Amino acid sequence: MKKLVSGLLSLAFLAGLAMSGAAFAQEEEHETPHYPLHKPEHVDWSFAGPFGHYDKGQLQRGLKVYTEVCAACHSMDRVAFRNLEDLGYSEDQVRTLAGNYEVEDGPDAGGDMFMRPATGSDTFPAPFANPEAAAASNGGAVPPDFSLIAKARAVERGFPNFVFDIFTMYAENGPDYIHSLLTGYEEAPEGTEIPQGTYYNPYYINGPSLAMAPPLSEGIVTYDDGAPETVEQYSRDVSAFLMWAAEPHLEERKALGFKVIVFLLIFGTLLYFTKKTIWSRIEH
Amino acid sequence: MSGDHSTYVPSSGVGKWVDSRLPLPRLMHDSFVSYPVPRNLNYAYTFGGILMVMLVVQILTGVVLAMHYAASTQMAFDSVEKIMRDVNSGWLLRYMHANGASFFFIAVYIHIFRGLYYGSYKAPREILWILGVVILLLMMATAFMGYVLPWGQMSFWGATVITGFFTAFPVIGEPLQQLLLGGFAVDNPTLNRFFSLHYLLPFMIAGVVILHVWALHVTGQTNPTGVDVKTKTDTVAFTPYATLKDALAMVVFFVFFAYFIFYIPNYLGHADNYIQANPLVTPSHIVPEWYFLPFYAILRAITFNIGPIDSKLGGVLAMFGSIAVLFFLPWLDTSRVRSAVYRPWYKVFFWVFAINAVFLGWLGSRPAEGWYVTASQLSTLYYFAFFLIIMPLLGMIETPRRVPNSISEAVLSRKNGGSGQPAAAVSAPEDRA
Repeated sequence: MKKLVSGLLSLAFLAGLAMSGAAFAQEEEHETPHYPLHKPEHVDWSFAGPFGHYDKGQLQRGLKVYTEVCAACHSMDRVAFRNLEDLGYSEDQVRTLAGNYEVEDGPDAGGDMFMRPATGSDTFPAPFANPEAAAASNGGAVPPDFSLIAKARAVERGFPNFVFDIFTMYAENGPDYIHSLLTGYEEAPEGTEIPQGTYYNPYYINGPSLAMAPPLSEGIVTYDDGAPETVEQYSRDVSAFLMWAAEPHLEERKALGFKVIVFLLIFGTLLYFTKKTIWSRIEH
Repeated sequence: MSGDHSTYVPSSGVGKWVDSRLPLPRLMHDSFVSYPVPRNLNYAYTFGGILMVMLVVQILTGVVLAMHYAASTQMAFDSVEKIMRDVNSGWLLRYMHANGASFFFIAVYIHIFRGLYYGSYKAPREILWILGVVILLLMMATAFMGYVLPWGQMSFWGATVITGFFTAFPVIGEPLQQLLLGGFAVDNPTLNRFFSLHYLLPFMIAGVVILHVWALHVTGQTNPTGVDVKTKTDTVAFTPYATLKDALAMVVFFVFFAYFIFYIPNYLGHADNYIQANPLVTPSHIVPEWYFLPFYAILRAITFNIGPIDSKLGGVLAMFGSIAVLFFLPWLDTSRVRSAVYRPWYKVFFWVFAINAVFLGWLGSRPAEGWYVTASQLSTLYYFAFFLIIMPLLGMIETPRRVPNSISEAVLSRKNGGSGQPAAAVSAPEDRA
């Protein structure tokens, strides 16, 4: 058994060596740039780690950024207004909030579609009627839906980071990417040609530039809890909010996980001593 | 080891009544209580039991998920998101099922490598081994079709790429692919038949597992020495000894499993699968799930034509061949010594093979360009050479170390500090078969 373990360890070590050598060689060989040009920066999220939880104040601010800025182009059609109770709003507040939106319903008895105020069970109404309309209004690029965006974007971690990520429990690729993208717009460096109507952003996952203009600017959203009204803060808040939108059961998951693992460890310890006692009866 | 170890004595009247009509309790008792196992099994031998539990976990979570899933291209992605958001504990079921597939493969690969190391495929266990390879193939088909069901971008494009392999075969290729897809491209009929088969195959796996365990109980387990069980002192009863050891290993395995489910549930998945399938947008980089990566690397390593076989067909044949070769393993290994413990050279080649397999997996995740191609070709070469050249030749030229006379001798010599001699004296000659 010991030999098997040491064998496995040396295997992992050698594989590691081979891969780091490989990664190195790759850096040197490739002239064509790999996107994104810059890896996302890591943010210290409240929902990271084994006891991670959402900061409700931050989610509320993020919601405000989403509804006042992003929602003009980006739908979020898997999140219902009732889900906003997770953010600390009461049922009444959710009803009021939903009432600000009009949704199409019907057909009524006369066979006509009609508009009515949204209720808790409605999802956020989409800003465009269909993807074609969205593309037409946005220079040909459809603004992606936001319900899952925080889980649908992950910049490749590369070796050896992808191994370390297991131990550091790194699962915040999505919000890190969104935050880096939102705060990462800059002037294209001299000599870089980018397609017309796009904006240079070295954090963009699919190329040097994207069709979305920098959406955030200082003071564009008014916060009523005293949080700084900066691009940095807006970006963090909306990234956290999008993580919640994509993974609403994260807190429940991590809390249950802790209990499950503690149970398994206690049970495993008891089993270990039982097994030891039983096997001590014989030579093995 | 088969046959006469039945110690089952029904104690109640009902027990006797059942036993004389359908001795199922006796079968269970003889298989999981009194069944003799070698006393020197290490933890590498616990993965068979772990795999059985993983199959049950996958079937149970899968059956409940199927109650909420809709196999239609219009609804599949939405129904999965409904499970994640609105179904009670749906997120838990889905993460268990998705990560369960990965952990199923982790366990099965360890199980297979254990078999390779200790020569578990050698006579008289050829059928046992072949049934295992059949299970592996069924698992791969099941996992592949399961990955298509959420109807994300990787589901769709993975299915497109993999079913495209079949077009490589001359004449029958295209009709075969169309039969598989139910049309000319991956679409609603494909999703429907994949769902149907994804539900069916696990039960076929369960059936083959029964045969696998049956074959195991006829020949008995191998053990790290590779020496056959000769006397009663070589074995211990399955319960409590193996039961407790397996249970402990299972709980430790479940700690890792839980860690992934609860803390990094999307680590082993691909972010693109959270984007709904779109036949008009091809992802920049299509990769299969991690457990297929070594075979994917072998597929892409064949970039050259071999006579009438073009590179595409060559790649597909190499990929299928990399599994098919396992069927012939019992006859490819010519060594008379079973366990790698006593084969100094085989041990080295084995570990190089293991590293090579991991390396192939990593290459499979890289784009097929630059030096990766050459590395894939060299790695693929070693993969096949290990089975087709090293195994047959090594058995003839290698000088194995002295194999102990019995399991008991090996166990006692280890206890007594390594020298085999005193233990050999202890083991009674009349006990030897």
